[in-house]
Amino acid sequence: MDRIPILKMGEYLLITIQVDMHDKLAITLQNDLTEQIVRYKSKGILIDISALEIVDSFIGRMLGIIASMSRLLDAETVVVGMQPAVAITLVELGMSLKGIRTALNVEKGMAVLRSSLGEARYYSDSSSEF
Amino acid sequence: MEATHSKLAQIFEKREQEIAQSWLDRQAAGTRRMSPAEQHEAVRQSREFLLTLRNAIQSGGTESTAGPAWMPVREFLTSFSTARAKGGFTPTETASFIFSLKQPLFEALRKEIGADAEALANETWRATELLDSLGLYTSEAFQKTREDTIARQQAELLELSTPVVQLWEGVLALPLIGTLDSSRTQVVMQNLLDAIVKTRSDFAIIDITGVPVVDTLVAQHLLKTVAAARLMGAECLISGIRPQIAQTIIHLGVDLAGVITKATLADAFAIAMKKMGFAVVRESKEQKNKTAAEA
Amino acid sequence: MIRVLNSECLEIRTSEDVVAVRQAVRKKAVALGFGLVDQTKVVTASSELARNTLDHGGGGTARLEILENDRRSGLRLIFEDQGPGIANIEQALTDGYTSGHGMGLGLGGSKRLSDEFEIESQPGAGTRVSIVRWR
Repeated sequence: MDRIPILKMGEYLLITIQVDMHDKLAITLQNDLTEQIVRYKSKGILIDISALEIVDSFIGRMLGIIASMSRLLDAETVVVGMQPAVAITLVELGMSLKGIRTALNVEKGMAVLRSSLGEARYYSDSSSEF
Repeated sequence: MEATHSKLAQIFEKREQEIAQSWLDRQAAGTRRMSPAEQHEAVRQSREFLLTLRNAIQSGGTESTAGPAWMPVREFLTSFSTARAKGGFTPTETASFIFSLKQPLFEALRKEIGADAEALANETWRATELLDSLGLYTSEAFQKTREDTIARQQAELLELSTPVVQLWEGVLALPLIGTLDSSRTQVVMQNLLDAIVKTRSDFAIIDITGVPVVDTLVAQHLLKTVAAARLMGAECLISGIRPQIAQTIIHLGVDLAGVITKATLADAFAIAMKKMGFAVVRESKEQKNKTAAEA
Repeated sequence: MIRVLNSECLEIRTSEDVVAVRQAVRKKAVALGFGLVDQTKVVTASSELARNTLDHGGGGTARLEILENDRRSGLRLIFEDQGPGIANIEQALTDGYTSGHGMGLGLGGSKRLSDEFEIESQPGAGTRVSIVRWR
């Protein structure tokens, strides 16, 4: 696989990571993502890592970079589906993924995005479609 | 050296009957009363052991019992010890299987080469070293069986003592009882996290009312559990913090920042419900009568 | 007395090799009967160290050994490179997570994920990291 597919779901973009990431793939993903956030004016990014049996500091850094980049482009990121063994290992590894929101699955992830966007919307535009 | 090696094996062969009989008598004296079945088994085992021992001495010499020629003997002793351990025999009773062979063997040696004092001394010493080594091996095997049993029981106990309870849709409770050490924390964490996935819960309340001591290590274990749950999108609350525990935590300088803590499980449950948008409302008298009438 | 029952050596020259190391370690951990969490820990540690070997050591090797001690079996991983070496090992071990370059969590993290950890490194003389996880 030479690029990770990005799925558009309304205002959100969904990325499902199922393969072993290497440098080139990660950079391609970041490029594709920023390009699509701008193109579709996406407000939220969902990264589904439920298929990942290993999350090392490389992946952790990548997730952090994606979250930071997206925030600059006015989109919130939620990482969903972390496996229990991975969560335990990440804590032991010392990686906190600070600043990255998490949820159990895509459905809950979208709820998180909706509620946070709802809050933001409330302040900026009272005639929200939510 | 070759001549003296074969002497031991020779003597075993020549005087097997009397050695075996004398040995069995001494074994009986050294163990608790055995049932007829156990006695029968002891006789069978003794004959088998003497044969295996004789073969090992013939092919492997008596220098060391660690070589490949002595493998059948070691295997025999391992299964023998395991069986004895499970049969409720003491370590001494088990090792005496070997040690009680000394006297009959020395007796046979004395009858065979008693005239040659130096040869007798050498052979006796060689035989002693050999039997001591085998006796110790038997003891070690016995120990291992005991330790394996204890380990297995500990694992079972661990499994039993960490139940996860679902209080409401989306809220789990983990009432911890007993000490929280590293291995237990591992099991606890796994159980909780697996339960979060299975029940798709948003909140987990870890109740430590039943945890007697909270030191830095326990606090760290708790924080790790909270952090792991958070990475999976679930929020942990810690309840059951007794006044003394609260003081200990502050004095230890443990930072429970970002973790909601409550004195009781009930309080923590109320908070979780509120956060999920649930409210518990008491029915008015009219509503109650209406519901009763409809039922 | 520790016996080495089996030994396998892998080259680390590319990003794909890091993936190969992870998969090989996973296979051995499963074969040894490690629980899921222990598997994840040792595979993650191997990923960190393999990446270090590639990114900071200019490439090297990973040796996977199955160990047997009286009571238990274990997995030992040895990562070696002929790279620039580490000047201050203490600092490399205690450095927190840093975004971008730097060892970040690689060494300290691997140590935390392992039962035993050894490192030898001299500037100009390469680096050798060895970790063990017992069953």
